[in-house]
Amino acid sequence: MRTVKTAAIRDAVAAMLSKCTIDAEPFITDSFEKALETERNPVARGFLEQLQENYRLAGQKRLPICQDTGCDAVFVELGQSVCLEGDYIEDMINEGIRRATKEAYLRASMVKDPIKRGNTGDNTPAMVHYEIVPGDTVRISVLPKGAGCENMSRIAMLRPADGIEGIKKVVLNAVVEGGGNHCPPLCIGVGIGGSFEKVASLAKAALLLPFNERSGIPHIAELEDELITMINESDVGPQGLGGDTTAIGLRVLSCPTHIASLPVAVNISCHALRRATMVL
Amino acid sequence: MNERKIHTPLTRRDARALRAGDRLLISGTLYTARDESHKRIIDLLESGKKPPFSLRDQIIYYVGPTPAPPGEIIGSAGPTTGYRMDSFTPRLICEGITATIGKGVRGPEVIAAMKEYGAVYLAALGGGGALLQSCIKAVEEIAFPDLGTEAVRRFTVVDFPVVVAIDSLGTNLYERNKA
Ligand code: SF4
Repeated sequence: MRTVKTAAIRDAVAAMLSKCTIDAEPFITDSFEKALETERNPVARGFLEQLQENYRLAGQKRLPICQDTGCDAVFVELGQSVCLEGDYIEDMINEGIRRATKEAYLRASMVKDPIKRGNTGDNTPAMVHYEIVPGDTVRISVLPKGAGCENMSRIAMLRPADGIEGIKKVVLNAVVEGGGNHCPPLCIGVGIGGSFEKVASLAKAALLLPFNERSGIPHIAELEDELITMINESDVGPQGLGGDTTAIGLRVLSCPTHIASLPVAVNISCHALRRATMVL
Repeated sequence: MNERKIHTPLTRRDARALRAGDRLLISGTLYTARDESHKRIIDLLESGKKPPFSLRDQIIYYVGPTPAPPGEIIGSAGPTTGYRMDSFTPRLICEGITATIGKGVRGPEVIAAMKEYGAVYLAALGGGGALLQSCIKAVEEIAFPDLGTEAVRRFTVVDFPVVVAIDSLGTNLYERNKA
């Protein structure tokens, strides 16, 4: 047994959120530069240059990259040999969010009730996903995500006969029907297989994978390449106003499923993919 | 393609001269409003009361900024999705609004009003909150302070970058593949 204090989890959540909402991963800013080498549409080029300037200014002035600092998905991979000590873990995660919201001047974007609404004032609560894993560490990831792109995400329960072509159609339609609301250039997480709830969590978890790598499963890696090429040929473009740069990253996670099912989920993130991971 | 500088107020005649695909740098005044503040403005109009600012020839910017950190007059302030305001926009255009700034496609009722009265829909960089913040030189809260981030504010902007996404002829850059 190894002991991990839940106060350390709170501090990790606060630190990661304060940083990732302001400082982008190099992958994101590098991809704008790369896109400018090939982008032909003048309006798209203008947006890509503005994006470069936006990310530079955010870091320099310590301002959030985007004013929608999101709904926080938090992933906890808890080693089964870990003993958690202190206040209840989920309360501490929410305390971390409260701190970051105050310290990093984030926008309060959560409401108490989906129907009656009413802002909670501090961005809580988090959407927490727990997984028990082998080992004696706690791996904790944050993924604050704006509503513009989350609202354009999709789930489809396909027939097995729909196959690869059916999967491609679902992904492409989600991107095209987003109509610019999802703030392209996009990062896309795709889930395939499992069940109704499993496929959605796969798609979200895919957004935590490195975008410059490919799946270890050969036919899934091939699908990742085909999907991103197809999306970039769609002419959706930055902000949905046309161009060669629609997606800068796409990952797929798959898992076993029922003989009669082919679930597909597409979790779309805008270019402002904010995420961070720490191991305690 | 060059960016063209324009100044507010924007008359209906000015708005009619703009074309989808034009890249503009706006200087002057923008009024902010989003979901709840739209509802309140429309309620005021319906009950025969004055809106919080004169709507004639003005531009509405859909934004809910982050709080201003120390040393700044406002936080990150990029556009929010325009279609959520679709049910309110035709009335506002009829009352004199000549442009709205947001991100993402608009519905047919908004485009019809834009054609009828002479108005445009402008796309600003979604996820460009830090860049657009740097174009905002003065901020004044003018109505509904209880709405927090959604309060109506008067922004004084310099060279605020937008693209004409839908013009007053109904030419729609979001639909360019479906023409
Ligand atoms: S979709 Fe992303 S970039 Fe666009 S406004 Fe929302 S959080 Fe910001």
